Amino acid sequence: MGESVLGSLVEMILFVFMIALALYIARLRSLFAAAMLFGIFSLLSAGLLTLMDAVDVAFTEAAVGAGISTVLILGALGLTTSEEAPPKKHQWTALFVVVATGLVLVYGTLDMPVYGDPDAPIQRHVAPHYLEKSSEEIGIPNVVTSVLASYRGYDTFGETTVVLTAAVGAILLLGGRPARRKEDDGEGE
Amino acid sequence: MSDTPIKMRVRETVVLRVVGKALVPFILLFALYVQFHGDYGPGGGFQAGVIFAAGLILHALIFGLDALRRAIPQVVVEIGIAVGALLYGGVGVVSMIMGGEFLHYGVFDQHDPVHGQHLGILLVELGVGITVTFVMVAIFYAFAGRARQ
Repeated sequence: MGESVLGSLVEMILFVFMIALALYIARLRSLFAAAMLFGIFSLLSAGLLTLMDAVDVAFTEAAVGAGISTVLILGALGLTTSEEAPPKKHQWTALFVVVATGLVLVYGTLDMPVYGDPDAPIQRHVAPHYLEKSSEEIGIPNVVTSVLASYRGYDTFGETTVVLTAAVGAILLLGGRPARRKEDDGEGE
Repeated sequence: MSDTPIKMRVRETVVLRVVGKALVPFILLFALYVQFHGDYGPGGGFQAGVIFAAGLILHALIFGLDALRRAIPQVVVEIGIAVGALLYGGVGVVSMIMGGEFLHYGVFDQHDPVHGQHLGILLVELGVGITVTFVMVAIFYAFAGRARQ
């Protein structure tokens, strides 16, 4: 019991940090600092997910959110300026839209089952089968991997295709082969 | 060369070059551990691919994009992206040929379906890892290559 109280205390502190960080990032004009702080934001949410026993998700968040996205955003910053242009005037419409959307989302969460509720719909559908039969049918200790790669292998195939599509889009939009571009430049000169 | 000033300064720092050179192999090794230990602990192809790519990109940030481009040319990256996804899909097709449903790994071992599952998951995660690694490198190439023009 004491452990869970301590756990929720740490969760609370992480949430406060994340909210403070988000507000600070929103006020920042330096895009380089914002990119770095987004990395810290991801690291904090990875800590939060670890506390919620979602280690695989936390791992992904730490590797993708704090690691590679920061690098890719820095790469994108090389294409643009490192300073955000100062806004012309206060954009009340934007603020209203953001606050309204936030309130709708908070209202939506009221309908969701309590965190960790064993009677939540997601716990009652196929999850019991996966948890009980995984060691017998798949035979690997990490149930997350057996769900991702075997039970839900088709979904993961789709996700891999999505990742592939992202690279195809980046190559098509930003150009992939430097050799061909150099030839073009040479002809232009 | 209109590189970002941040990267320029990184490349000139001796400490970062020395530490980076020592660190990159361990990052790549850790990625392989995450890849093949995904059956037993947290991790798997996606995380491993991202960590592997992060190690490569760290190398490019410190030693320059051209060094990485020499090691892993654009053609290899583009083929790698497809190879991973095709490996994943190929596992599904082979399982269909062997008489199961698409991505039903149990049919790979006629005597013990659990062994078939192990093999299928290993190959599928490898496919995810290969694709994610090269996708991240491709996106980095696309951004960083353009930044230098």
